[in-house]
Amino acid sequence: MNDAVPAIAYDHVCKTFKHGRVTALSDVSLTVAAGEFLAIVGGSGSGKTTLLRLTNRLLDPDSGTVRVHGDDVRKVEPITLRRSIGYVFQSGGLFPHMSIARNIGITPHLLGSSSTEISTRVAELLDLVRLDRAGRDRLPHELSGGQRQRVSVARALAAKPRIVLLDEPFGALDPLTRDALGEDYRALHRELGLTTIMITHDMAEALLLADRVAVMHNGHLIAQGSAQELSKNDNAYVRELLDTPRRQADRLQELLPKGPQ
Amino acid sequence: MSLWSDPRWSDALTRLPDYLGNHVRVSLTALALGLLISFPLALVARRRPLLRDAALGVASVVQTIPGLALLALFYPLLLALAAFSLRWFGVDFSAFGFLPAVLALALYSMLPVLRNTITGLRGIDPAIMEATEAVGMTARQSLFMVELPLALPVIMAGIRTAAVWVIGTATLSTPIGQTSLGNYIFAGLQTQNWVFVLFGCAAAAALALAVDQLLALIENGLKIRSRIRVALGAFGIAALILATLIPSMERARTSYIVGAKTFTEQYILSSLIAQRLQAAGLPASSREGLGSNVIFEALASNDIDVYVDYSGTLWLNLLKRADMLPRQGLLDALKTTLSDRYKITLLGELGFENAYALVMPRKRTEQLGIRSIADLASRAGSFVIAGDYEFFSRPEWATIKQNYGLAFRQQRQMQPDFMYAAVASGDVDVIAGYTSDGLIAKYDLVVLDDPKRAIPPYDAVVLLSPKRSADTALRDALKPLLGKINITTMREANLRASTNDGNSSPDSVARWLWDRISKK
Repeated sequence: MNDAVPAIAYDHVCKTFKHGRVTALSDVSLTVAAGEFLAIVGGSGSGKTTLLRLTNRLLDPDSGTVRVHGDDVRKVEPITLRRSIGYVFQSGGLFPHMSIARNIGITPHLLGSSSTEISTRVAELLDLVRLDRAGRDRLPHELSGGQRQRVSVARALAAKPRIVLLDEPFGALDPLTRDALGEDYRALHRELGLTTIMITHDMAEALLLADRVAVMHNGHLIAQGSAQELSKNDNAYVRELLDTPRRQADRLQELLPKGPQ
Repeated sequence: MSLWSDPRWSDALTRLPDYLGNHVRVSLTALALGLLISFPLALVARRRPLLRDAALGVASVVQTIPGLALLALFYPLLLALAAFSLRWFGVDFSAFGFLPAVLALALYSMLPVLRNTITGLRGIDPAIMEATEAVGMTARQSLFMVELPLALPVIMAGIRTAAVWVIGTATLSTPIGQTSLGNYIFAGLQTQNWVFVLFGCAAAAALALAVDQLLALIENGLKIRSRIRVALGAFGIAALILATLIPSMERARTSYIVGAKTFTEQYILSSLIAQRLQAAGLPASSREGLGSNVIFEALASNDIDVYVDYSGTLWLNLLKRADMLPRQGLLDALKTTLSDRYKITLLGELGFENAYALVMPRKRTEQLGIRSIADLASRAGSFVIAGDYEFFSRPEWATIKQNYGLAFRQQRQMQPDFMYAAVASGDVDVIAGYTSDGLIAKYDLVVLDDPKRAIPPYDAVVLLSPKRSADTALRDALKPLLGKINITTMREANLRASTNDGNSSPDSVARWLWDRISKK
């Protein structure tokens, strides 16, 4: 694989909704290197989810191009493209009438893998996301929120994608589960050599997990870079976003004595 | 006599295989056809707002048409279509009975299936719909793997509603010539046979419940992925259809079919004709409760073979003749016209008339010195007249009013069965009754003379279908009836049939009637 070709490249993409009355993205250009973990941070309506959906053609841009591994996505059949990219929803998006195993194995099934292949793969994935193999026949509603998100990650990884898109994946979870799941995913990202884009509105989460953070506001990409690079940015919105975790960190530092060693 | 030893129960039971079988066939065929149209339509329409609104709109409008009217509308429609197809494609089909019933009922079943399928599919969480795309499903895979399974309970609820509606409404297909459990109800209401009415209602309800439960079994099987339950449910429905096919297989296709309209006298006469045919070794079955406009067309197109109609009805309503001929002249003219225009044979008169007539209590006429309609003229201004639902819009009513210069204080429409009691008790002063009605004798009423011949003659005549015109066996079997039934005999027969006991079934009265006339 040529490292010089970015895994994902958005080139001057624009997107409007409701017949042009609502602008979701205006002239956004951004590249994600192969193996990189990029977080996109922004408030609701900033265009971050729209940008993510252009990647696997859940949406198509009005203008500009999106390239995945150098290929213009408009030249790739959307179904094929989507099967080659993992996607995790905030709510999990699990199919409520299918067992855990069937949910996880759905993309390999669509790709025509044999049932024994799928069964082996499901077992592997359950181990990978640290779920009990014995629970494979349970239905989604029988699991906790954290377990459901683990299943959702396993489903995204089932067809061995090189790219995974996370759409506020840990947003609805309690802080402990959220932290554990974030760390576990981060490890998987490294082990499997994935390219990941994660959307979040939580700057702290973004800074802790990602290699690089892009900040979006009102459809514009206003800043991007590592934590250090962003801290030097003088955009008011970026500073505001960074101030909150900073203040919290300082305050926590004061409040919490070091735990027992 | 205990409730269960009433012979009407066993009579009802012997008719069950035929009525139930026909009912199952017509309603399940209609349901299948309705599903076949509305389910794909719902799939296509669910994401097209215009088509969706149009389809649901049409289905809702259909739903507001009373079931009886919808069924009745399909008959002339198909008749026209059959004539068209015969003329242009040389293909003839019967517009009687099964076909119009299936089409009307199928139309009736569409709304719940359409609405529930669309609602069920559109009610799926948008996040799940997005997930189907994100995991790489095609639209088809999404539909079959996710959307339909998730919408299944709502869709099946729609199908089950449709099934219950169709089975219930199918009872109304009797008047357009489709035998159904409605035969019990129509016949029972007309002949005051409450055993039949109850039996018909209970059988229809039991059938609806059984089909609903079988569908529930299939639904449950689909939900928990139990092939056994799905198979059991499907097997149950298949068995139901199969079981109902057996009795109709046994019935000879060459059997003579005797038609009857929807009132007591017609039930008795069709029973009598069927009994005569059977006695002559000709297989016969009756098709009862047919609408008056349906029955003649059914005869003309050979869907039934023989029935009794009335000369005045044919003259005024069918031939639309306004001129009035004397009794015999009208019969002769009718005979030629029916034969020339429809190839229908007027075999002969039974001997009595069932005409409209103005009727009053005997005591009252004696007190007031009223003998004929002409004597009413001076008193009509203070009189109230009652008639059945159609009388006041019939041509003879206009003629009566004109010829005798009558203007009543008030006109009231009534259920025919209640008119006689109303005039006997003085609630109304005059009624437009039927001359052969048994209640005239029962309440000691008299028929007023019609010296100006405003009311045409209504001789009961036997009509044969074009197919049977040269059938000597049939003619010979029916000849002993011609000219034998006088008005007094028919009135007594009608009176017997309108009482509510074990010997009042049309079959028993017909046997009594034959016994009476064959001895003369």
